[in-house]
Amino acid sequence: MRRRAAAPGFLIFALLFVAVALSAPGRARIALADARPAAPPSAADDSLARVRARGELRWGADPQGGAPYVFQDPMDPNHLIGFEVDLAGEIAGKLGVKARPVAGQWENLLDLLDRGDFDVALNGIEVADEKLRVCALSTPYYVAPERLAVRKGDGNAPCSLEALRGRPAGTLPGSLAERILVRAGAEVRTYEGGQDEIYSDLELGRTDAVLLDAPIARYYGEVEPGLEVLGGTFGEVRYAIALRKQDVALQTAIDRALADLAREGRLRAIYQSWGLWNVETAALLGDPQPAQAPYAPAFETWRAAVGKMPPLLERLRDRYPATFALFARGALLTVVVSVVAMALAVPIGVLLALSRKYGPRPLAWLAIGYIEFFRGTPLLVQLIMIYFGLPELGVRLDPFVAGTLALGLNYAAAEAENYRAGLESVPVGQLEASWALGLSTRQALRWVVAPQALRIAIPPATNDFIALLKDSSLVSLVTLTELTKTYLNLASAMRDHLGLGLVVAAWYLIVSLPFAYLARRVEAALGRHLRAAGT
Amino acid sequence: MIRVRDLELRFAGAVTPVLQALSFEVREGALAVIVGASGAGKTTLLRCLAGLQAFDRGAIEVDGLAIAAGEEGGDRYRRGLLGGGWSTAARGVARLESLRGRVGLVFQSFELFPHLSVLDNLTLAPRRAKGVARAEAETRARQLLADLGLAEKYEAFPEQLSGGQRQRVAIARALALEPRVLLYDEPTSALDPSLRGEVVATLRRVRAGGMTQIVVSHDRALAREAADEVLVLEGGTIVARGAPGVVLDDRV
Repeated sequence: MRRRAAAPGFLIFALLFVAVALSAPGRARIALADARPAAPPSAADDSLARVRARGELRWGADPQGGAPYVFQDPMDPNHLIGFEVDLAGEIAGKLGVKARPVAGQWENLLDLLDRGDFDVALNGIEVADEKLRVCALSTPYYVAPERLAVRKGDGNAPCSLEALRGRPAGTLPGSLAERILVRAGAEVRTYEGGQDEIYSDLELGRTDAVLLDAPIARYYGEVEPGLEVLGGTFGEVRYAIALRKQDVALQTAIDRALADLAREGRLRAIYQSWGLWNVETAALLGDPQPAQAPYAPAFETWRAAVGKMPPLLERLRDRYPATFALFARGALLTVVVSVVAMALAVPIGVLLALSRKYGPRPLAWLAIGYIEFFRGTPLLVQLIMIYFGLPELGVRLDPFVAGTLALGLNYAAAEAENYRAGLESVPVGQLEASWALGLSTRQALRWVVAPQALRIAIPPATNDFIALLKDSSLVSLVTLTELTKTYLNLASAMRDHLGLGLVVAAWYLIVSLPFAYLARRVEAALGRHLRAAGT
Repeated sequence: MIRVRDLELRFAGAVTPVLQALSFEVREGALAVIVGASGAGKTTLLRCLAGLQAFDRGAIEVDGLAIAAGEEGGDRYRRGLLGGGWSTAARGVARLESLRGRVGLVFQSFELFPHLSVLDNLTLAPRRAKGVARAEAETRARQLLADLGLAEKYEAFPEQLSGGQRQRVAIARALALEPRVLLYDEPTSALDPSLRGEVVATLRRVRAGGMTQIVVSHDRALAREAADEVLVLEGGTIVARGAPGVVLDDRV
């Protein structure tokens, strides 16, 4: 409430910012201190040199995708494992650097790559012509046949493409398997997130078949005693590493590394260990030994860890303690993101509320426009515009800045309305009485109106803050692994949604209850005069 | 002393003015009661005198400080008050606002600050608006409360007080700013009729301190009991004035 002349200036800045964000994709470039536009294609290609200079290859993947690609070790969730983790390590080794994984939502990997959040995307990315419009692809490193899974003992199970017509079938969105199912006339159900749910729905009878890449079928289909993965192949898909189009030097180096690794038998060793070696991949790599070895150590370890889920109490004792550090880190990020966003939302909200109620008309209109825009459009859209849209205008924000800015600007609108409700609840006579006593408007707002309005505004503001704690899970979209994303990753890796769900719920409560308590204390302190009157 | 000359005010869109050709004066230390039916313009007049309402014509003079219409840009100022204050707390309005320090107003509903104790209600404006030191403001506030029979109540919150006590706190709060004139808007209307005697006693006690007072009321009994002089407001202008016995008996 002590903000002075600079305050309307900031509001105008915020609105201007929104206007810029909204304006058609013009060519305007806004120079920001930390704006680092990606190297233009015309400049000398230093993509490989940059990776070498940094000493690490940043590769993007989504740990939520689960085994056997990139996932948290169920026995020690602090580590990422998977055949693509091994692959990234080998490739980085060939380039003479270390591999550093960067987590992102699988659906956004190519956007994040384009933004420059990592050098390559390596996470079961299928070779397809339409991808070449937005990125470059390395030579393929794996061939995955499509496998159909059905319920064991289901006499009516669809065991061929023809039989799938009109039957409910599950798969991952945007995959070759989805296109095959659509072509076959199946009633396709696609699932965002983990593979576990796809096979669960089959087992529960919500779908009659699941078509997915062989690695997923092996890790999530075959292990279920109630399911059967059919022998035949229903098509095949190739995985490749995605790069930015202009990073030709890096692409050449990676292609060379993949060729070397294939020739040296290192790729076969990785796939054998994970139980993924097949004739199709052997043919792709020109490898003379097409047979999968009977013993696949990495696969067996994984199956031993998650094949049979121990009872909850046992998990509580043996498994969940190891998740503590990850959840704690996620909770810390959740709290920091929420507190910073709220610290942004409160002053902007105060300015908006004051502008709307007491400002000159143009300012009041601007405030109303801001509130309606941010309240009336989804937070998700705002975050995506800020993170993926603004780079088009030359503004590249750090994930934390983008996440907190989106949350803060959005919640400022809700806060403004809370504060306005508080201001409206104070009778106008209070302001007039203050004026009659010689107080200026600012003094009257500060000493008379605000303390009374605040007490009214605190309960809805607390409510909003707790909603913000939960909405902060959206920042997982911009590579930040907060509490919810931590849970999703772990649940996928450990195949344990219920038990870990209770754990993450406990974490959210631990985080939010102190704030709720604090708010009640402040409210009680501001309502002293009412309690006094009641007794 | 307060003097009003040819005051005129017409609200935007209204056919007839609320106040017109309104002139009167109240001498130093006197207690004047302005009576009139509702709609006669009593409260509007009071708001003009308190610096809460701009007027179109005429002037208000309080102890040598004259505020004339027009200087504060009438309509613009009025909109500023309704729509808020930030845009108008500038330039011309400063003159109208200077009335606020010299004229105290006791609202009909008192408008005590509910979140502040009685003592803080009294010290807020002297400390924030006039920069009086806390200790000094509190000493004066305690003195005023004691004078008005509220010595025990300085820690209480307004909600804990009776109606009559709240009114006396409102009076003390206005007096804490040491105004030249104290205005009252309908001092008996928010209280039980049996408390009229108490109100009259309070008015007399304040007069004993030498304060010039103007009471606006439709309560003729109050006027009869308390006033040195009665002014009758009708159709936005003063139609009669004189000693209570004379004026009130004439116009029943």
